Amino acid sequence: MRTTKRSPLASAGLHAGLLLGTACALFPPLWLLVTSFKPESEAFTTALVKNFTFANYRHVIADTHFLTWFGNSLIVVVGTTVTGVLIAATTGYALSRFRFPGMRPLMWVLLITQMFPMAVLIVPLYNTMAKLGLLNQPVGLIITYLTIAVPFCAWMMKGFFDTIPVDIDESGRVDGLNPFGTFWRLILPLAKPGIAVTGFYTFVTAWAEVAYATAFMTGEENLTLAGGLQTFVNRYGSDWGSMTAAAVVIAVPAAVVFGFAQRHLVGGLTAGATKS
Amino acid sequence: MIAPVTLVIGLIIGYPLTRGIYLSLTDADEANVERTIGVNHIPATYEFVGLDNYKAILSESVFWDRLGWTAMWTTACVGVTFTLGLTLAVMLNRKVRGRSFYRVAMIVPWGIPAFVSVFAWKMLFNEKNGLLNKVLDGGGIEGVPWLGDPTWAKVSVIAVNVWLGVPFMIVAMLGALQAIPGELYEAAEMDGAGPWQRFRNITLPGVRSVSSTVILLSTIWTFNMFPVIFLLTRGGPEDSTEILVTYAFRLSFVNSPRDFATSAAWGVLILLLLCLFTMVYRRALRRQGEAW
Repeated sequence: MRTTKRSPLASAGLHAGLLLGTACALFPPLWLLVTSFKPESEAFTTALVKNFTFANYRHVIADTHFLTWFGNSLIVVVGTTVTGVLIAATTGYALSRFRFPGMRPLMWVLLITQMFPMAVLIVPLYNTMAKLGLLNQPVGLIITYLTIAVPFCAWMMKGFFDTIPVDIDESGRVDGLNPFGTFWRLILPLAKPGIAVTGFYTFVTAWAEVAYATAFMTGEENLTLAGGLQTFVNRYGSDWGSMTAAAVVIAVPAAVVFGFAQRHLVGGLTAGATKS
Repeated sequence: MIAPVTLVIGLIIGYPLTRGIYLSLTDADEANVERTIGVNHIPATYEFVGLDNYKAILSESVFWDRLGWTAMWTTACVGVTFTLGLTLAVMLNRKVRGRSFYRVAMIVPWGIPAFVSVFAWKMLFNEKNGLLNKVLDGGGIEGVPWLGDPTWAKVSVIAVNVWLGVPFMIVAMLGALQAIPGELYEAAEMDGAGPWQRFRNITLPGVRSVSSTVILLSTIWTFNMFPVIFLLTRGGPEDSTEILVTYAFRLSFVNSPRDFATSAAWGVLILLLLCLFTMVYRRALRRQGEAW
């Protein structure tokens, strides 16, 4: 882009800055990975792995509730993602295609929910779940996560549906499909990228949420991963070896999904934003 | 199709919100809320008390102390994150060897669930054995009580939150930078503008609209950031790192007896503060001629 050549000094400075940034970004997760392969007794040595071992992983999987937590998290995440995307897609479609009184305020409400502090919703939700006997049940968390993820996802989906020409809806109607048929058979397949983005967003929200998970799920076998990881390192004792191994197992799937979806995520967020 | 949609949204957002506001006007706590224990159903016995909770909160210093630190925390986090994000994005926007590697590496923190990264940091910060202090020791400097001293704990939580937030900033700002036409820079260079002048007069105005959005978003996120503080310090030592959101959580889920009504009132106050901030912010932008 630039026509003039950079001086070697500026070039070195640029690389030094970028390398420093990269090192800061990569070091903590890498150190976590390295530590997970050390025996528990050497968790805090500064040396790289001296006695390479899978003991931490074996211990976490065989002797703790880790797999149960993983299962719980999986149920919650899949439940939230599937239901969330479905609701967000229908809502987004309705907002994109129908004009009705109260629509602009509704759009605003969807966006403003991003601003809701968890503190204003957690108490009423907790009491509702207690009333319905849904504490310590994955369903309770799924409903809770829907309240966080659906509004923003619906708002993003509207942006996507706005980019699909209305002509397609009309051709569906001419061919005798009802509004729902048009949506399901014609529009939804075209909105696949948008669905991928909202699905990914919901997945990440549910996988990484801490506050609700900590408050709503108690008792060793009911925890999700966010709660479970806390049990390794708390005021009663620290099992850093197990913590690191569990952390790696939790982070790797999320990072892989993120790696695939990252490009689309950025595009999707801006598509939703600019088309409002 | 509209009716069910409105219904679902109303149920999902409207119900908890109104219920939260209502609870904040009662004296609900652990002992008098409706609940089901096994097969026994216990009905609610709390009463409406009007604005009493708000009066109590606003007249106590704990709210104002927490608000002061929350404001400091948010300003520091957003300021540092934005500056670092913009700087790194400008560097990445140059033609530089290994650019795609740097770009991917620097957004890694975004791809890892925050609660996992926080534990990684907790390990590095460990006072007796953590790597940071071992490195300091090796250099002959006395170790720092990263999470044990009120001031250092504040620095530590801000550092971790910045670490978590920079990748999003880089990606957003890089997008904005790439939308600035290169000819502008060439023309400015012809006219003899130095690097700093080019940055001030082309880059900064060019990223303005994206910046104002991400700064607003990032302010809201940081203000409400729960996991970093809760997992790293639990608000401690003492109350020193407790922000409004974590304190509200503590009132209803950590302290005993659980005080649901006060916690809900804190939540409503936080929401009001954020709404107020957003309104002022938007007005300020509009006054400067931003179509937003």
